Amino acid sequence: MNSIVFKTTTRVVTPLLLAFSLFMLLRGHNEPGGGFIGGLLAVTGFALYALAFDARQAHALLRVSPRTLTTIGLLLAVASGCLAWLAGQPYMLGLWLPVELPVELKLGTVLLFDIGVYLVVLGAALLVLLTLSEE
Amino acid sequence: MLLALPIIIPLLTACVCLLLGHRARLQRALAVLGACGLLVAATTLFVRVWMDGVQILHVGGWQAPFGITLVADVLAVLMVLVTALMHLAVTVYSLANVNARRQRYGYFAFLNVMLMGICGAFLTGDLFNLYVWFEVMLIGSFVLLVLGGGRAQMEAGIKYATLSLLSSALFLAGVGVIYGITHTLSMAHLSQRLALVAETDPWLVVAASVLLLLSFGLKAAVFPLYFWLPASYHTPAPAVSAIFAGLLTKVGVYALIRVFTVVFPASDYTLNLLLIIAGLTMLFGVLGAVSQSQIRRILSFHIISQIGYMVMGLALLVSPGPATQRLGVAAAVFYIAHHIVVKTNLFLIGGTVRALTGTERLVQLGGLLNQVPWLAILFLIPALSLAGLPPLSGFWAKLAIIKAGFEAQQYTLTAVALFAGLLTLVSMLKIWNEAFWKPAPEGETASENSGRRKPPPRRLALLVAPSVALAVLTLAIGLYPQALLSVSQRAARELLNRRGYVQAVLVPPEPSEQPELGDDRS
Amino acid sequence: MFVVMALLVGALYAAAFYLLLARSTVKLIFGLLLLGHAANLLIFSAGGLVRANPAIVPSGVEAPLPGYADPIPQALILTAIVISFAVLAFAAVLVKRAYVESGTDDSEEMRTTEQ
Repeated sequence: MNSIVFKTTTRVVTPLLLAFSLFMLLRGHNEPGGGFIGGLLAVTGFALYALAFDARQAHALLRVSPRTLTTIGLLLAVASGCLAWLAGQPYMLGLWLPVELPVELKLGTVLLFDIGVYLVVLGAALLVLLTLSEE
Repeated sequence: MLLALPIIIPLLTACVCLLLGHRARLQRALAVLGACGLLVAATTLFVRVWMDGVQILHVGGWQAPFGITLVADVLAVLMVLVTALMHLAVTVYSLANVNARRQRYGYFAFLNVMLMGICGAFLTGDLFNLYVWFEVMLIGSFVLLVLGGGRAQMEAGIKYATLSLLSSALFLAGVGVIYGITHTLSMAHLSQRLALVAETDPWLVVAASVLLLLSFGLKAAVFPLYFWLPASYHTPAPAVSAIFAGLLTKVGVYALIRVFTVVFPASDYTLNLLLIIAGLTMLFGVLGAVSQSQIRRILSFHIISQIGYMVMGLALLVSPGPATQRLGVAAAVFYIAHHIVVKTNLFLIGGTVRALTGTERLVQLGGLLNQVPWLAILFLIPALSLAGLPPLSGFWAKLAIIKAGFEAQQYTLTAVALFAGLLTLVSMLKIWNEAFWKPAPEGETASENSGRRKPPPRRLALLVAPSVALAVLTLAIGLYPQALLSVSQRAARELLNRRGYVQAVLVPPEPSEQPELGDDRS
Repeated sequence: MFVVMALLVGALYAAAFYLLLARSTVKLIFGLLLLGHAANLLIFSAGGLVRANPAIVPSGVEAPLPGYADPIPQALILTAIVISFAVLAFAAVLVKRAYVESGTDDSEEMRTTEQ
């Protein structure tokens, strides 16, 4: 698509979408949000970029291959579950760090799991999107 | 935690295999390592369950009816153990049988994804979680089926994918209806609540159970839902065919056994339906095989007919006597374990024949007895076991089923089972005659065969070693059936003792409070 | 409301099976898509249609507000949607590849594996 308006808007909107996706990811535990929704928002950012420019440039923007992203996300999610096991608790039990942050955010295995989900969603959806549009 | 290992190990293996990508040697080593790890975990879990009874894991610490529970009873761990064995055999076979291009595209990763789904389906104690594991298994199997493929594989992929997704949609609808009438998803909790609903409104429960029957029936390839199987199983690489043939349909049978013993209250309507389905499945599967002329296609039809025997064991729950019910279910469990080993092996040997001669068409084959006599003997062991000849494992499996059939006084069905067994023997002998016994065909095919390069000895060893191991296992079960028989009897006892299952899952298990092995079914 | 939902689910199932029976493999995908939607709406209505609050604990309170909706059907549907999205994306690629390989989207002509 070769529209200057669309391209210019995309340049502004994509970073906004990515930032918003991170916000969604982090507020996820007690409020609506989380890794899945965050991941999908990030995908819309990249999808918009791929539509305005082309799939190859969106791929370049991502830097790593979506496949690696998915795999790392999966590993993170599994690892977050195993941490509870190492602590002698049932698999996947949420553990929290006793650190108080100035913002309303708690660090713990659940957040790690959400980040894993975020990466898996981002990677998997982009894999489909880029594979279909690069042909 | 041990309980989650059969799920986590394949997942980790798959992840690392994907990350390794193009480093073929490392990927292969890792795949074998992962398969060995799974086998160790499965064996440990089996021993633990055998010694200490049903093992429970409340994932995330959420107690039973609220969270997802993993439940390992004897049936589940037996299935996981057999699965792990087949996984190792097929992984080793794949080293020599699956070409480098397919391996680069993530063959081992998706094999492990599928294995994770299968193990998850065996271990879960939650109905919706079972659906999720089915989907994981399906995604892995879709990719394996079409990986590196040409036209035949794509067409097979479309048929397989469509029918699988149809089955999933039916399952989902069934889960929805069941949740609507009980407001729970934990199998133990469902067992209690569905029994209550069935007292006032039995047909509502039957309707929900028929939805699941249809869905699992599609997966297990029972009559009349089996047409996708012989249209797809012979197209991918032989190693893939082998693990599909061994495991995938049996997951469907497992799900049938699980929900119709533990979850749904006994209903004559569904059990009689299962009886009819079992008979027709045995008959049509074996008749379909008669008309085929390619090794893997013949074997595909035999999967269907053998599924009929397993369903028959389950359907014998229709008989009023608890002893007969127990015998029927135990026979079905024995049959599944025996059949997984034998069927996987037959497909592996079919693949070896193809690797040696370049064809699977019986017309073009021949004279293999003179060329490779050891392969002929290797083929005979699982083939005769499949047909049910003593002293091989299939004999005891068929004997148990038929004994249960007589005791339940289902004479017609038992006659069908005997007849199907006879035809199985005929069709195994057909492969034997055409591929091994008859002289090699004259003309261009023969010269083509002789001009073909023999695989190097190292590769041949990788092809044959898994078959030898599985054949030894078949012989061992045949010569010493008592071990597997006592395992399957205990599995049946646990399945028919619903109160024990419910107590084990819903009440936090304490060592003093082992469920007594009574029978509260009839 | 139940009647409307029942009719809707029925209509979706009818459309899905009509499309599944079509010869074109592209219609097959749409059929599977509608089948998934039908099953999801079935779960949604079977789980109980009530006007209620979202099942989320507001900050500063210990429990969700009384009269909250059952969150389980929603969670089930979300999971099912995600899964069907992934599987259908695969099916779409598969149908395209099959079209490239065999030059047809007519399932009647895809019989090479059945002879």
